[in-house]
Amino acid sequence: MNHIIATEKLNLFYNDFHALKDINMKMRANTVTALIGPSGCGKSTYLRLFNRMNDLIDGVKITGDVRVEGKDIYEKNTDVVDLRRKVGMVFQKPNPFPKTIFENVAYGLRVNGINDNGFIKDKVEQSLVQSALWDEVKDKMNKSAFELSGGQQQRLCIARALAIEPSIILMDEPASALDPISTAKIEELIYELKQNYTIVIVTHNMQQAARVSDHTAFFYLGELIEYGETKEIFTNPKDKKTQNYITGRFG
Amino acid sequence: MTHLDKESLQLKTDLIGMWNLVISQLNKTHEALINFDKDLAHEVVANEKRVNGHELKIDNDCENLFALFNPVAIDLRFTLAVLKINSNLERTGDMADGIGRFILNGNGPFDEELLKVTQVIHMYDEASSMLVDILMAFEHENTKIARSIFKRDEILNQININSIQVVADYIRTHPDNIEQALFVLSIIRKLERVGDHCKNIAEEIIFYIEAKVLKHASKKQKAE
Repeated sequence: MNHIIATEKLNLFYNDFHALKDINMKMRANTVTALIGPSGCGKSTYLRLFNRMNDLIDGVKITGDVRVEGKDIYEKNTDVVDLRRKVGMVFQKPNPFPKTIFENVAYGLRVNGINDNGFIKDKVEQSLVQSALWDEVKDKMNKSAFELSGGQQQRLCIARALAIEPSIILMDEPASALDPISTAKIEELIYELKQNYTIVIVTHNMQQAARVSDHTAFFYLGELIEYGETKEIFTNPKDKKTQNYITGRFG
Repeated sequence: MTHLDKESLQLKTDLIGMWNLVISQLNKTHEALINFDKDLAHEVVANEKRVNGHELKIDNDCENLFALFNPVAIDLRFTLAVLKINSNLERTGDMADGIGRFILNGNGPFDEELLKVTQVIHMYDEASSMLVDILMAFEHENTKIARSIFKRDEILNQININSIQVVADYIRTHPDNIEQALFVLSIIRKLERVGDHCKNIAEEIIFYIEAKVLKHASKKQKAE
């Protein structure tokens, strides 16, 4: 079985606070995994493990194994820049750079030392096509990214992540700040993207998790309570806590 | 109690209301058959519209629940089960209506010997009690009671299988009462169907509570 992401006996502490407890989880390539759970349960912390975003927080201590494409990404020699090239991230609020639409997507290529303008142009177009934004922006590539709607900006951020050809895309509530039409486009995009990428998404929207993901993991108080096929989780969860959470009877 | 809990409870109450109406319809045809009471049979036929009205309302409430609450897990299984139980109850109501019409078309009281040899009254008692017990299983979320229905359905099936020979023998000895014999044979067929509906309902209750699909399962699997 091809597991592109795996954690074993993973523990994470914010100083004395034990945020993730003994998490064992494996994700297959070209699947969408949804991480769900109440606020503060550790799902976003877990997501940020895979591109070492937690390194930026003071007092973080991690024990156990975190493997991406079979490699322990927390070993000393890990090239974090290279890791983040492989593991792209899309955040809750769209965060385009104060640049043109074209330059937003080209940015990652340029900082990676690519200067071939023909290649960059092709890659920008390809990424925008993949993120289902091309038809809407192809005639205004030199306009500021801020002129786009929220939903378009979010798809631009996805295009920006795709341009550097990651194998994994992490999404932290990517549609929570968007209207229903933009949300539907993002969800459709996730479905399309999984042909070529592995996606891990944090969402508070249960129906979104049910619609877009192949597997769902339910976190509670830093523990992985249940992880399984989304169909199974949403029709016949094994754990009472999972059932209470997804049916809105929590607490 | 969440909003969804309240809506589900209302749905459950409505379904139980329909259930009691259908039980009463079946019991009335039982009484009408024994006493050849055409007024009671007429009442059953008239009440069929109420059963249909209940079915439409419950269907509509399930549809709203799906659309507005997007139920998942046990809530989803509950709503799906209610939808299917509703349909099985409506068909059981149709059976009572059909029996009521046979009685209305009858020319006189049914021959007691015919009722005795065909075991139609025993079948009635069993079908009626199955419908009551399966309601109890639903109300109290009791899958043990639900499972007991499968064996009892076999009793009805056996009486139905025997009925052709029994009725044929009766007709040979009572050639002047063929019409009544055929009516009773049809009633037996309908009661056998009531047993099937009870069995279907039992499967839905087990699906709702235990998330197990027992449709088309073997006897051994159903007993587990």
